Amino acid sequence: MLAYLVRRLLYAIPILIGVNLITFALFFIVNTPDDMARMQLGVKRVTAEAIAKWKVERGYDKPLFINAQAAGAGVLTDTIFFAKSARMFVGDFGRAEDGRDIAREIRTRMGPSLAIALPTFILGLMVTISFALLLAFFRASPLDFWGVVLCVALMSISGLFYIIGGQFLISKLWRLVPISGYSGGLDAWKFLILPVLIGIVSGIGSSARWYRTIFLEEINKDYVRTARAKGLSELAVLFGHVLRNAMIPILTGVVVVIPLLFMGSLLTESFFGIPGLGSYTIDAINAQDFAVVRAMVFIGSVLYIVGLMLTDISYTFVDPRIRFE
Amino acid sequence: MTIVRLACLSLFILLASCSSEQNDPYPASERGKNILYAAFTERPKHLDPAQSYTEDEYTFTEQIYEPPLQYHYLKRPYTLIAATADTVPVPRYFDAKGKALTADAPTEDIARSVYEIRIRPGIRYQPHPAFAVDDAGKPLYIDNDRGKLRGIATIADFAHSGSRELVADDYIYEIKRLAHPRLHSPIFGMMAGRIVGLKELGAALQRAAQDQPEETWLDLDRFALEGVTRVDRYTLRITLAGKYPQFVYWLAMPFFAPVPREVDRFYSQPGMAEKNLTLDWYPVGTGPYMLTENNPNSRMVLARNPNFHAETYPCEGEAGDRAAGLLADCGKALPLIDRAIFSREKESIPYWNKFLQGYYDASGISSDSFDQAVRLNVSGDVQLSEEMRERGIRLLTSVRPSTYYMGFNMLDPVVGSRDGVGEQRSVKLRQALSIAIDQEEFISIFMNGRGVAAMSPLPPGIFGYRQGEAGIDPVVYDWVDGKAKRKPVEAARKLLAEAGWPDGRDAKTGAPLVLNLDTTSGGMGDKSHVDWLTRQFGKLDIQLVVRATDFNRFQEKLRKGAVQLYFLGWNADYPDPENFFFLLAGAESKVAHGGENTSNYASPEFDRLFAEMKDMDSGQQRLAIISRMNRLLQQDAPWIFGFHPTSYTLGHAWLHNRKPTDVGNNSLKYQRIDVALREAQRRAWNEPVLWPLAVGVLVLLSVVLPAFVSYRRRERGTARS
Repeated sequence: MLAYLVRRLLYAIPILIGVNLITFALFFIVNTPDDMARMQLGVKRVTAEAIAKWKVERGYDKPLFINAQAAGAGVLTDTIFFAKSARMFVGDFGRAEDGRDIAREIRTRMGPSLAIALPTFILGLMVTISFALLLAFFRASPLDFWGVVLCVALMSISGLFYIIGGQFLISKLWRLVPISGYSGGLDAWKFLILPVLIGIVSGIGSSARWYRTIFLEEINKDYVRTARAKGLSELAVLFGHVLRNAMIPILTGVVVVIPLLFMGSLLTESFFGIPGLGSYTIDAINAQDFAVVRAMVFIGSVLYIVGLMLTDISYTFVDPRIRFE
Repeated sequence: MTIVRLACLSLFILLASCSSEQNDPYPASERGKNILYAAFTERPKHLDPAQSYTEDEYTFTEQIYEPPLQYHYLKRPYTLIAATADTVPVPRYFDAKGKALTADAPTEDIARSVYEIRIRPGIRYQPHPAFAVDDAGKPLYIDNDRGKLRGIATIADFAHSGSRELVADDYIYEIKRLAHPRLHSPIFGMMAGRIVGLKELGAALQRAAQDQPEETWLDLDRFALEGVTRVDRYTLRITLAGKYPQFVYWLAMPFFAPVPREVDRFYSQPGMAEKNLTLDWYPVGTGPYMLTENNPNSRMVLARNPNFHAETYPCEGEAGDRAAGLLADCGKALPLIDRAIFSREKESIPYWNKFLQGYYDASGISSDSFDQAVRLNVSGDVQLSEEMRERGIRLLTSVRPSTYYMGFNMLDPVVGSRDGVGEQRSVKLRQALSIAIDQEEFISIFMNGRGVAAMSPLPPGIFGYRQGEAGIDPVVYDWVDGKAKRKPVEAARKLLAEAGWPDGRDAKTGAPLVLNLDTTSGGMGDKSHVDWLTRQFGKLDIQLVVRATDFNRFQEKLRKGAVQLYFLGWNADYPDPENFFFLLAGAESKVAHGGENTSNYASPEFDRLFAEMKDMDSGQQRLAIISRMNRLLQQDAPWIFGFHPTSYTLGHAWLHNRKPTDVGNNSLKYQRIDVALREAQRRAWNEPVLWPLAVGVLVLLSVVLPAFVSYRRRERGTARS
């Protein structure tokens, strides 16, 4: 397995360079360094000299990818792309365009993002799997029928509606929890309960339907019949046998998102005033802060690669027949 | 039945834990405290006084930093008064040989203006570790290495702090900082042309910064600034090239707030910037408040500066202030509020609802909540809705010192021709469009009536703005029954025909007249705006092509003069007509000089009047010149004058002394909270509604119980059953 992991890690390097290259190209097609300077310096009373100085100081006065004026390796290394990318591969994200330290900002904002994402993910998984197993257990009954109808209804509603509707009903009309805001420590629960609840409810529809289909495929197989014939209770059959054998497709969709929980949720964080990484990314895009956008895309790519590797590893735990060669 | 018992127990615990104000977003420990709660939408980009230049930032910086001057809180028109200075400085003028001139000397004779600012003794800085010293008087936190910063995350983590008296050197240091190559002060370019020696200082600092390692401290005291000198401990002298009467307004802005050398040195130590320990993150000032918590992603907290000098609430204002209760706190020591907590609200819906629940003391009115907040009565006046009145909410309105306009690019051969006959055609075309585009309708449809149609670049409240018949734009309006009435479209069509485009077609070739409007994709680029504008141009049978683009491309087009028509606005830096008319001065032409005159309007007559007006003191003579300038602009019509926006603010009954101020932003110190009333109202408005919880549990049980029973039945049943 070690050889497999090393090979995957080596594959990751060109992927990350490629992602970085694409981010670079896309960003600079839309924004020139002059545009970035103007965005940072403001539009009032900014002189061409001030823009030139800003670019020199931030290293945006160089060519983007190829420096024809440089000699030797400098043709590639004395460029914006190289100067801004190389340090990221050793975990140095540098400063945002407004001069603030990106790594520190990420560390600070990771907590609030995880505070929402983790409970939403874990509780959501528990609820949807239980609900899907329930539907599978009562298959072809009115409960199953109405359960599926409910799932279709839930997945047909936009995520924004859940947020606004939840804030309106629970916070405004019933005044049970704050509408928005965030606080560290133990006080955080009252700010998290609503976004977590909304996150779970909005995710039930699609996930439960998908899991129900997987469970229904499994539930009529011979090993299930054998388990029942052994006299096992239906709970033991469902959770001990059906769920375990249906884990491969579930893990494929679930494990890959675990590392990405760090990245936060753009919409939820924005509406609930949660100072997480999702809103950091959106703010950076709005402010044309290339340093932050680049860092967040890079971290997102790394986490996605890690997630895929974890998914592969998790297969070996749930299905001993799987071997990495 | 264990599940039922557990559910009942959970419900009981849940209900028991629900108290009044269950939705309170603030800690219980803050209840009953003299705290103002406000929100901010955009995180401030800069809190360093040399860099901060937007209103979002001024909300904080103007409570912390104290420039020498400030605006009187209540008087209108806006009046400058002393802040840390002992009086508003009066410039002395000198000719090229250094001979003193009288105040009314011709501008062309004045080679230098000298402002001598005397600071009041005894003003002290907020407590800060940069001022902390040991028993021997040596700074405690200087020459730190990275190791000593271990365990330090915020400025509050330093065990010791100190303070010291404000001196003239601190102002000198900050003026030098405007030229600091790493700070990129937005006003450096402009001030370098005014303050004697600032440009040279900028060049010297640039060289010095290049010669020393990055992120090492650049001691500005090592560099002389010819035009800014220390007279004595409390007095500094600023020398400007030529005459620039508007300089006093800049002395009321944070750019000219004091920054002590030791603070700059403190923040320049290795490892500080990595922890966001910078002046840009933790400002240091002598103002009424200090920033004690800076988390611009979530909340920012201003707390009373314990060292704030004696300052009292004003005892005079404009007519109506006494009746409005704005003089009730006359003579009381400032500030009146202990803390101000600003929470970040990126979305308008949560912001508005928290205001209605009493968790914000004041709020603006977004377009989403406009209909809920205010009503237009039959006479078109704005009134608070019944719901707002029942809550005791007050509405404060003020016309902002801003102007929005549709500009013509005067370099364009169709709309800005400058050759003989062509010029006349272009002028008439511009005038016709000025009449046809109904600004009153625009304000009504798109701004909920929150604006005043503009007659000239000058908004109300700025010297030179005239009300009534004398103030109207006679090209666009007639004065009928005591009101300005837009001329009929027929007048515009007549002008267009005279211009050579009868019915929107070229009189010679018959080709339709097609005009291009460049704008950003938001705002005027929105479909509803485009549709409306197309209809307005359609009144004259002119075809409009709207070229919406992103902000950067739009700015680039303006810089290159690659536009025909464009839409822009301007917020005043200070309340002087010069700050609006300069937008049309030839020397500010965007294409030729990279200035702010995006229309590239060049009128020798206007430029001559502008040069004369900008250096004059406000009086009848200046007013007469301004009137001539306005008439010239109305005839030439380089802009279609749009509107001056009106700001609407709502405040709860417990918030006192709030008066809209659109120029000076240091208003926090004057405001007062009736804490007892706020507590009572919050309790009344936020009683939790608990029955939905019980219903929810019952619904859950009604699903779970039958399922459970069914499951048990299946489990106990035989294969046959």
